[in-house]
This record gives sequence, structure tokens and C-alpha cells, in this order.
Amino acid sequence: MNAADTPLLQSTPPQPCRIRTFVRSLRPADEAAYLITLTAAGSIFAITSLVLFELFANSSFSRHKFGWSFLFTQTWDPVAGQFGALPFIYGTVVTSVLALAIAVPMGIGAAIFLAELAPPRVSNALTFLIELLAAVPSVIYGLLGIFILVPILQNYVVPPLQSVLGFTPLFQGPFYGVSYLSAGVVLSVMIVPFIVSVSREILISVPKEQREASLALGATRWQTTWRVVMPYAHKGIYGSIFLALARALGETMAVTMVIGNTPQVKASLLQPGYTIAAVIANEFTEATGDLYLSALIELGLVLFAVTFILNGMARLLILTTSKYSVRS
Amino acid sequence: MNHTARKKISNVVMFALTGICTLVTVGILFFILGYLVWNGARALSWSFFTQLPAPVGEVGGGMANAILGSAKVLLVATLIGVPIGFLGGVYLSEYGGVGFSFIVRYMTDLLNGVPSIVIGIVVYGFIVLRQHHFSTIAGGVALGIMMIPIAVRSTEEFLHAIPQSLREAGMALGAAKWQVVATIVVPAAIRGIMTGMLLDLARVAGETAPLLFTALNNQFWSPGWTHPTATLPVMIFAYAISPYEDWHRQAWAAGFVLLTLVLSVNLVARLVLAKSQPIHRG
Repeated sequence: MNAADTPLLQSTPPQPCRIRTFVRSLRPADEAAYLITLTAAGSIFAITSLVLFELFANSSFSRHKFGWSFLFTQTWDPVAGQFGALPFIYGTVVTSVLALAIAVPMGIGAAIFLAELAPPRVSNALTFLIELLAAVPSVIYGLLGIFILVPILQNYVVPPLQSVLGFTPLFQGPFYGVSYLSAGVVLSVMIVPFIVSVSREILISVPKEQREASLALGATRWQTTWRVVMPYAHKGIYGSIFLALARALGETMAVTMVIGNTPQVKASLLQPGYTIAAVIANEFTEATGDLYLSALIELGLVLFAVTFILNGMARLLILTTSKYSVRS
Repeated sequence: MNHTARKKISNVVMFALTGICTLVTVGILFFILGYLVWNGARALSWSFFTQLPAPVGEVGGGMANAILGSAKVLLVATLIGVPIGFLGGVYLSEYGGVGFSFIVRYMTDLLNGVPSIVIGIVVYGFIVLRQHHFSTIAGGVALGIMMIPIAVRSTEEFLHAIPQSLREAGMALGAAKWQVVATIVVPAAIRGIMTGMLLDLARVAGETAPLLFTALNNQFWSPGWTHPTATLPVMIFAYAISPYEDWHRQAWAAGFVLLTLVLSVNLVARLVLAKSQPIHRG
């Protein structure tokens, strides 16, 4: 190499030229590196815009045909070309609220235990295990839902529930296993890890002085936790709940497998229903006709809009809490 | 006195309740693991890994095509998600200005929040409709898009954790920016970045919803890259909702295999991450 280079270099003044070629060879390389990474960053921008554009453009047929009434009408009749999203929106809301009703107390309880009571090593180990729950694929939750949860609900949970609360509209009618209730329970297991791990982080970030001040005034540890630590951390905990809710709304497979896939609006939690994500999963490949497809894509747009708003709120709440704790 | 006693009792009772919450949550994990191992390992046989699915009514067969299909789809996903995510993360951490970086970060968060089924719809419209058929490529693109946000975020975070003084030392020695990034900063963070990518891959490996109308399903081998292909998660779904007893057995076996793969990647990656954390903080 050197032998080949030297004759060329000898013909020109060696010192400054070598430096200049070095600089010249560098600057394009630096620019190239910049451009390559910029292209990657730009493509992220492009992909996200594409997602939005596709949803918006491909649902235009349905949006123009039905307008806002799409969200409030109940009929879902592909044969007659009538599409109303209410049963799916209702099912999505009911299952998610039910999931939150179970997962929030459980998740926050576990987070309090892990942040306030458990020794750090135990807490880390248990959190590690709970976070593994979040890694279990949703189709496996669905599998367990069909073959384990549904029989358990059918044999051991629903009969006593009905004998005690059967008079309320929430628990009326025959129970066939697949229902809002089953979907809500499966969802609650799926979102608990998010609530636990985010809430625990938030609780840990509450300054020690807050706890010490309260304990010094004679409060018990629980009073300290409940009246001092929780109010301090409440925004971040709301954030974790919104995050979990966004997960629950967009969850597809597990819900599809246990909700019964029946487009109806029923007050009873024991009845089968349908969710937005489930109807897209089930009917998208079979959708014949532009209007049908367009209506399903509009459902996707609705789902996207709602999760977008929830995620934004969650981020804002978690961010403001961690800002507080950094300052103090 | 009475008041104090009540205080103490409520203290014990409430913390006991939180302990129970923790126990139940952790218990669910062990229940899931135990049940899948119990049911799945029993259903698992050598033919599961080597044979094609049996026709309806026949007992036996396996999911060899789905295992290969999943691997192919994940390969395409990695080829799309990892380079874009990695380079995007490098841009945000090392080159980004204020304005465009903010937009890119925002878009990444937005993409991360998109429900997986919606990604399926978009890829269907963009690739499947244009190619006029379902394909391995389309499935891979869908999963690849899902990989990008986490890949970007983990790359950016691990690069951020590298002390500024390392970069300055490189610069002071006369290295160009790209040399500093490529030979000092990235190698220092590479372990974290790689585990982040692995976790990302494990996450999309279990995704079913975006594959339903991109890769679809297939009872046979899928030749090349432009034909519909079976994948493990979609097979689990299809077999679990079928009315056949033997298919349920196969679904358990497939669930067991998938969960073992996903959880072992998670375990290893998290252990590596936990070990490498102090280095990054220093």
C-alpha cells in the first residue's frame, strides 16, 4: 500500500496536501453519516404520516356516507349496506371499564406493596416477574381465556354472582361463557403489569422527606402512604391508568377469542358482545364491497384517535409528576 | 387509646391487602406458566416441529410450516425495524437539532401508540391491495413497523447514557463526528442497544393481529416471500377457535413453544440489561 502511495505524494508538497486530502475525505463522510441517519429519522416521520393518511383516505367513503351518525347507530348489516359502530364502541368501553375496575385496585395495591413495604431486592425480583406478564403474547391470553377462564367463570363464579346480584340489570340472562365479563377479566390481567410497573416507579420517586415528616408527626405507615405519598404521586398514577386503558382499548386477539363476537348492545355483563378491534380482526378479510371495507377502516380510525388522545394524556401526567420529583 | 389501636389495625390490614394484591398478580404468572407447561408439554411431540398441519379430521401433524413462516416474517421485520430504528435513534441522540427531532420523537410516540390491528389495516392497504395477494413480505413489513418505535427509543436512551466526556475525548484527538459516533459512542452502548432490539423482536414475535390480513395463513409450505404464510401466533388463534379437540391440543403445544421462546429471550435480555446498567450510569 505504502509503496503505491508514495510516488504519487512525492510529486506534490507532502505536508499540507496530506492534511487537506484528509479533511476533504472526512467532510463528505460526515455529511453522508448525517444524511443516512436523517433519512432514517425522516422515514419514521413518513411512516407515521402514511399510517394517518391511509386511515383517513381509505375511510372517506364511509365517513361521507354516514357522517357522525356512524358512531351512534346500532345496525351493522353488511348485506343491506348499513353500518353503525355503536355496538362495537359500547363493547370496547364496557370491557375496558370492567378491566380497569379489576386491574386498578389490584395494580395500585401491588405497586404500594412493592414501593413502600417490600425490601428493595424482593421488590425488584417481584417487579421483574410482574413485567414478564406483559411479555406474554396476547393470543396466549386468549387461549387461556377460552379453555380456563371461561369454564371457571361458568362453574364457580357466575352462579354465586347471579344468586346474589341477579336482580341488577348487570347480571341478568343466561351465561354462555363468552361475554363482556370474560373479556374484561382477561383484559384486566393483561393491563395489570403496566399499572404496577409505572405506578411503582412513580411511588418510588416520591421524596423520602415527605414520608419522614408524616411519620414524625405520629402517622402510621399506612396513613403516610395513603394521605401523603399517594396524593403526591396521584398524577403519575392517573397516567399509568390512562396508559393501561389505551392498551385495553386496542387489544385485539385475547378479546376476540372470549367476547362472543355478537354485534349487540346489552346492559348485562353476562351477554356476548363485540369490540372495535375484534370486528376488524374478524371481518376485514371477508369484507366484500368498498363501503364495508371503508366502514371497517373508519372503525380503525376511531380506535386510533381514542388511543392517541389517551396516550397523550398519560404521557403528560407522568411527565409532570416526574418533573415535580426532580425539582424537590 | 382506642384511636391508636384502630390506626394500628388499619395499618396492618391495608398493607396485608396490598401484599395479597402482589401475591395474586405474581401468582397469575406462575399459574399461566404452569398451565401452559402442563398442557403444552404433554401435547408436544417431535412431529410438531417436522410435519405439516394434518387435514381436518385426521389426528396428528405439526406446525413446521408455521415455525418457518414465523422465522421468515421476523427476519423481514428485523431487516426493516432494526436499521430504521437504530439509525433514527442515532440521529435523535447524536445529530438531531431541536425542531425536527421533536417532530420525529413525537411521531415515534404516536406510532408506538397505534393499536397493532390498525397497523395491519394500513399495511393491507399499502402492500396487499397493490400486490393483490397476502404475503410473507407484507407480514414482515407490518411487524417491522411495529418494531421501529421501541428500537428508536432504546437506541436513543442507551446512546444518551454514554458520558459526554467520551465524545469530547474523541473529538479532541481529531476524530470526525462520524468516527466518534461509529467507533466510540455506539460500541460503548452496543450491549444495551442489542438487548433492546432483542426485547423488541420478542415483543413482535407474539403479535397476531397485524398478521391476520397481511401474512394471512397457510396449511402448506409457503414458497418464497410473496405467498401467504402460516405463523405460530395466527395458527394458535385459528386452532384455538376451531371446534376440533386435536387442534386444541396442537394450539396448546404451539402456545407452549411460543411462550418459551418469548419468555426466555425476555429473561436473558433483562438479566443482561440489569448487569450492564451501572456501566451506563457511570
